[in-house]
Amino acid sequence: MSAPLTSLDRPNSYIGRSVPRPNAKRLLAGRGRYISDLKLPRMLHAAFLRSPHAHAKIASIKADAARAYEGVHLVATGADLAKICTPWTGTLDHFKGMNSAPQWPLPLDRVVWAGQAVVAVVAESRAIAEDALELIDVDYEDLPVVVDIDGAREAGGALVNPGSANNICFRSQLDNGAVDDAFAHAAHVVEEEFSFGRHTAVTLEPRAIVADYDPAAGMLTVHHGTQTPYQFQDLYSRHYNIPEARVRVIATDIGGSFGMKLHVYHEDMAVVGLSILLGRPVKYVADRMESFVSDIHARDHRVRARMALDAKGEILAMDVEDLTAIGAFSTYPRTSVVEGNQVIRLIGAPYRFKNYRATLEVIFQHKVQTSQYRAVGHPIACAVTERLVDMAASKVGLDPFAIRAQNVIPDDAYPQTSPTGYRFEALSHQACLKRLHEIMDYDALRAEQVDLRKRGSYRGIGIATFVEITNPSPAFYGVGGARISSQDGAILSLTPSGEVRCLISVTEQGQGTEAIISQIVADQLGLAQEHVKVVTGDTEVTPHGGATWACRGAGIGGETALQATRALKRNILEIAALILQQQPSALDIVDGEVVDAATRKPRLPIAEIARIAYFRSDTLPPGTQAQLTVSHHFAPQGYPFAFTNGIQGCALEVDVETGLIKLLKHFIVEDCGRVINPMLVEEQLRGGIVQGLGAALFEECRYGDTGQLMNGSLADYLVPMPMEMPDIVIAHVETPTADTVLGAKGVGEAGTAAASACVLNAVNDALMPFDATINSIPITPAKVLKALKRF
Amino acid sequence: MNGLGETLLDEVDETLRVRFVVNGRKVACEVAPRDTLVDCLRDKLELTGTHAGCEMGACGACLVQLDGQAVHSCLVFAVQADGARIDTIEGLSESGVIADLQAEFHRRNALQCGFCTPGMLVNAQELLSQLAQPNRDEIRDALSGNYCRCTGYEAIVDAIDAVAKERSKSRNAGGGAS
Ligand code: FES
Ligand code: FES
Repeated sequence: MSAPLTSLDRPNSYIGRSVPRPNAKRLLAGRGRYISDLKLPRMLHAAFLRSPHAHAKIASIKADAARAYEGVHLVATGADLAKICTPWTGTLDHFKGMNSAPQWPLPLDRVVWAGQAVVAVVAESRAIAEDALELIDVDYEDLPVVVDIDGAREAGGALVNPGSANNICFRSQLDNGAVDDAFAHAAHVVEEEFSFGRHTAVTLEPRAIVADYDPAAGMLTVHHGTQTPYQFQDLYSRHYNIPEARVRVIATDIGGSFGMKLHVYHEDMAVVGLSILLGRPVKYVADRMESFVSDIHARDHRVRARMALDAKGEILAMDVEDLTAIGAFSTYPRTSVVEGNQVIRLIGAPYRFKNYRATLEVIFQHKVQTSQYRAVGHPIACAVTERLVDMAASKVGLDPFAIRAQNVIPDDAYPQTSPTGYRFEALSHQACLKRLHEIMDYDALRAEQVDLRKRGSYRGIGIATFVEITNPSPAFYGVGGARISSQDGAILSLTPSGEVRCLISVTEQGQGTEAIISQIVADQLGLAQEHVKVVTGDTEVTPHGGATWACRGAGIGGETALQATRALKRNILEIAALILQQQPSALDIVDGEVVDAATRKPRLPIAEIARIAYFRSDTLPPGTQAQLTVSHHFAPQGYPFAFTNGIQGCALEVDVETGLIKLLKHFIVEDCGRVINPMLVEEQLRGGIVQGLGAALFEECRYGDTGQLMNGSLADYLVPMPMEMPDIVIAHVETPTADTVLGAKGVGEAGTAAASACVLNAVNDALMPFDATINSIPITPAKVLKALKRF
Repeated sequence: MNGLGETLLDEVDETLRVRFVVNGRKVACEVAPRDTLVDCLRDKLELTGTHAGCEMGACGACLVQLDGQAVHSCLVFAVQADGARIDTIEGLSESGVIADLQAEFHRRNALQCGFCTPGMLVNAQELLSQLAQPNRDEIRDALSGNYCRCTGYEAIVDAIDAVAKERSKSRNAGGGAS
């Protein structure tokens, strides 16, 4: 399905063009300005003493020697910070019945995971602060530890929070009826239990923050490596009781975020409090070991699922149970139940069946919190669905492409509501399937597979369709009471020299936000892109908005920029019309020149309009007030989410002697609506896929029986390296959303959503001759050998 | 009280004067024996283009040239580098020796957050100084000590591949690139 041609499709449009990112040159020259680089006058450094126990009572803290240590300015405990900071609770109203214990920057009397920060030291340098940590004596009394899902659910077992009835954070159920009936009458049923390990974001720059409280001005400035500065402005204001207008959060360059840096971290809240207590700037940068034990983790799900089909391979029903363990608290302010919620709602999403039932149980345990990280829930939902579809295909005797072609919601059948209640405006599964078949050269791959098998090499081919949630409306967080905006704002000015400055609430983490916003502004105003300056990431400068999460930058931020630019253009043309004694509708702007709309004949540079308006307003007709700055907000309306879709494919080889998996090639066909900058979209897809491949094969936070993280360093936790990663072939289908003029949807999570499902299917395909199956991610060599009964 | 005795504390306090030629200029600075080169470059000399991602030699974000060779500055104590010639991303940018790599990375958007990028460039330069015409596998192999969490690596491999070809071409044509 392709959209009607609009002004966005002009031949020389910036929309749809692969222009490089203007701000990338700074980063290439080593001139990035990351928070970890920041130095302020009189700045002090914080370090944290961390709990060695997964669960223990804090009997006493002796810190006199640390306080007396030369260069130390402050030693603070939970009690010290609790005097100035109100606690927070990671629950939202629309998750009915969920609970979580209140949290403070540092614990008051009990530690609940190994690695939790317990005492803060602020000193002249990080090294001195760390030396002083060694002088602190904390007396712990061990308490029973809850580590795994089964232990947490044992009746009468240890409790994560003594005093609570059980270890359940949240339960949810979906049931649209007749599921048992459908299974009873099914010709085929496939069933499997899947497990998904914990992994974590591993941004190359760890978390970093510099809090700077000025008691004379009553003003808090926080330089914060985050994707969501406005959310933190609100939180710092409310929890430290400082008027919002006196809290400024600045997010400059950031070394990766992927959702990890938008949660409240105890250390970050503590650093703000430490700066308030000292009246001086305080800096904290997590080192890599600290990142592993304090950044949110993600996944950690166990899903039992079954699928009913008729004799021809038509999917009839699904029945799902998801158990997930989230650590000792639900994360604030977005909670730790969103992933589970999305798992049970996204399962089966590409397909046309009617009867669906799912239960979700979210469980506490003594580990660091899990929460939203790139593709929240999608990889799990996708792996469960797509593996069952493959199992069904082999049972019915259909090719993986054929069973999907038979069951996906047809492209001409939209709008549709999924069996789990999601409303789809328009998706393109059939077109994507067809395109993937072509770009994979599927038949040739299969022929090669057969050939190689005869010679003892085991190739696997896997495909996985997916649906991705993007452009979230207030239905996502707002309705639950979270002060997390789903709208964005922009302020656009024509400068006196005829350039445009755009202050906008969406933020940049390297995905190219500033580039696409400047493309949209340049395109809509009629100006060269280099004459557009985009400013992001400073709550004092840019209007309040949601910023960047859940794939909303292009779709919502882009539409905000588009509408703001159209408003500015109207204002410019009004002044031009007065000067040229024309109707505004008879004029247009091309390449920075006002032109006759009909003939494209240049009339007046916009720089001249700016000059007259700013410096010679006396020459304009009396009563004219030129408005060359506009502010504009845009909140998504219409569908609660703009769903995108796509399909991935991969080819790999399993070494049945060693269990090692070699990825040979990866493919994706993706439909993110209107593509603003193909190069940047492809970068998002590739980066997302590689994170998904990491999860599929390598990444796992491994814990011992006592709740200790066993592989918390970059030498032990495996992230994908260049030589393990395949080249990735990309194709697009474009189905713009009709909810906006721009028609763009999100793309940042699509790669991660289906990559691991694809690999899971391919590995199982490779193992087919051995009658061995894999149902657990990451797929390590040990698991492969175990499946082959060779280990 | 447990902890450090007075003598140990005094030793920690002690600083030494080291001299380097950093990006073509002579510099001297006071460092503690435990200060790593990456900390010295970033904190003392304010050359923040060199990054620290792991401080254990795994991620490659901290690569600099030490006497012309790529070295993990997190694994070298500042005192060990006394007397050495050190070139960081800032110096390599200003001198123009990696301008072609930077331009190609930019053109192909072989970076997102940019945190790994200085280390990638130093390593790419090292690779191309040793192997004039690496194939894609050799490029991927050589970069395997440089983690990038954002890009998926392919554009980086493409960019280095393109520069390798370009440099060979101009070498064969008697051009000046070395
Ligand atoms: S910081 Fe030196 S290799 Fe990671
Ligand atoms: S660009 Fe972010 S780590 Fe490489």
